[in-house]
Amino acid sequence: MSVADLTGYFNHVVFAILLMLGFYAVIAKGNLIKKLVGLSIFQSAVFLMYISMNKVDGGTAPILQKNVVDQIYSNPLPQVLILTAIVVGVATLSLGLAIVVRIHERYGSIEERELLDAD
Amino acid sequence: MTIIFSLFLLSLLVVTALAMIRTTNLFVAAMLMSIFSLLMAANFFILDAADVALTEAAVGAGVTTVIFLSALRLTSQHERGPLASRRWIAKIVVVVTTMLLLYGTFDKPRLGDPNAPVHLYVAPYYLENTEALMGFPNVVTAVLSSFRGYDTLGEVFVVFIAAVGVMFILDARQGKGPEYEMPEAGLKHHLIPRAVGALLIPFMLLFGLYVQFHGEYGPGGGFQAGAIIATAFILYALLEGEKTALNAFSRNAQMVLIVCGSSLYGAVGVICMLKGGTFLDYSVLLDDPVAGRQAGIIIIELGVGMAVCGALLSIFHAFAARRPMVANR
Repeated sequence: MSVADLTGYFNHVVFAILLMLGFYAVIAKGNLIKKLVGLSIFQSAVFLMYISMNKVDGGTAPILQKNVVDQIYSNPLPQVLILTAIVVGVATLSLGLAIVVRIHERYGSIEERELLDAD
Repeated sequence: MTIIFSLFLLSLLVVTALAMIRTTNLFVAAMLMSIFSLLMAANFFILDAADVALTEAAVGAGVTTVIFLSALRLTSQHERGPLASRRWIAKIVVVVTTMLLLYGTFDKPRLGDPNAPVHLYVAPYYLENTEALMGFPNVVTAVLSSFRGYDTLGEVFVVFIAAVGVMFILDARQGKGPEYEMPEAGLKHHLIPRAVGALLIPFMLLFGLYVQFHGEYGPGGGFQAGAIIATAFILYALLEGEKTALNAFSRNAQMVLIVCGSSLYGAVGVICMLKGGTFLDYSVLLDDPVAGRQAGIIIIELGVGMAVCGALLSIFHAFAARRPMVANR
């Protein structure tokens, strides 16, 4: 395996590590806000995977340039999917935070263990 | 050189994520999230995704952090210990899944491979036809608002529904009894934030409008512009306090903005049908199909910008206008 192979797969390796770090926070942490932090790391990891797929060697951002021949452009499709997903991501994250705020007002705690004891 | 820089940025991402998970102070976690988003935006930029980098920087590093902090104000700042019983099972599950994912990774096409399956289908069509069909150079905007217009319409409605959901859950008509703290007055009495904010806000609004209306020619569009303009209003609210901010831009006005924005998008689709085309086929809007597509795209981008700006602002105000209970502090 050469150096080029390692750098070529580094994005995917980081994707796998970030995905699993986020997953770990979701399942192992008892604090509801910490779970949401984990969920947003998980989500960012998926964004990174999609954007890594759009890169083409020697390419540039897909904004067409006039009077330039044989310019390679990166793939616009994953970018569009992730662009909208980022905005939807913040909207759904705040929905989760709103539920956490209400749970805190009702039970006075956002620790999973204390919530289970209270019920 | 770029490769070394991108390896460095990716490693920093992993370090930041580890720190976010390890810290028990949630305030620190929120600030690290902001740094994480900024690093992610830099990564996106290196990977040729200028539009996405702009969105991530505005939404991830800006708006998300503020919403997170205002939620922390209403809950607690410290995390009590982890669930010890589950920690070991979780670690084993995570390590095994990471190994499986890494095993699968080496079957994927490497970064930048021009023959990867994702580059062979649809994308060449978009790149070849955007100039002739739309008459502007930003392919991302063309795909977002025209080729995949249905998809974007759906996403705008998801944002709309999420904003309505937050407003339902955090009802604005909260009790005013003694168990709630008095609303805070903002940073009005601090000289430096006030002076810097007064300088920044007009330029932020101007930049937002530029990103909105220049989205066909450079990186930008409705999503980014909506987020940037919302950030300017959020900064105003942080400086002047909730009351002044809501007097300047009331909750009803924000609601109108969301509803008008998303229905403007839908209405363009219906008008296309009435003019004899299919839903969201802008070419029938004007006599010249290219001009018609451009007009349609400008209008729906405006709708997207209005909806996103209104949604982010009303989500922020739903959190910020709510008063924390004294007893829980």
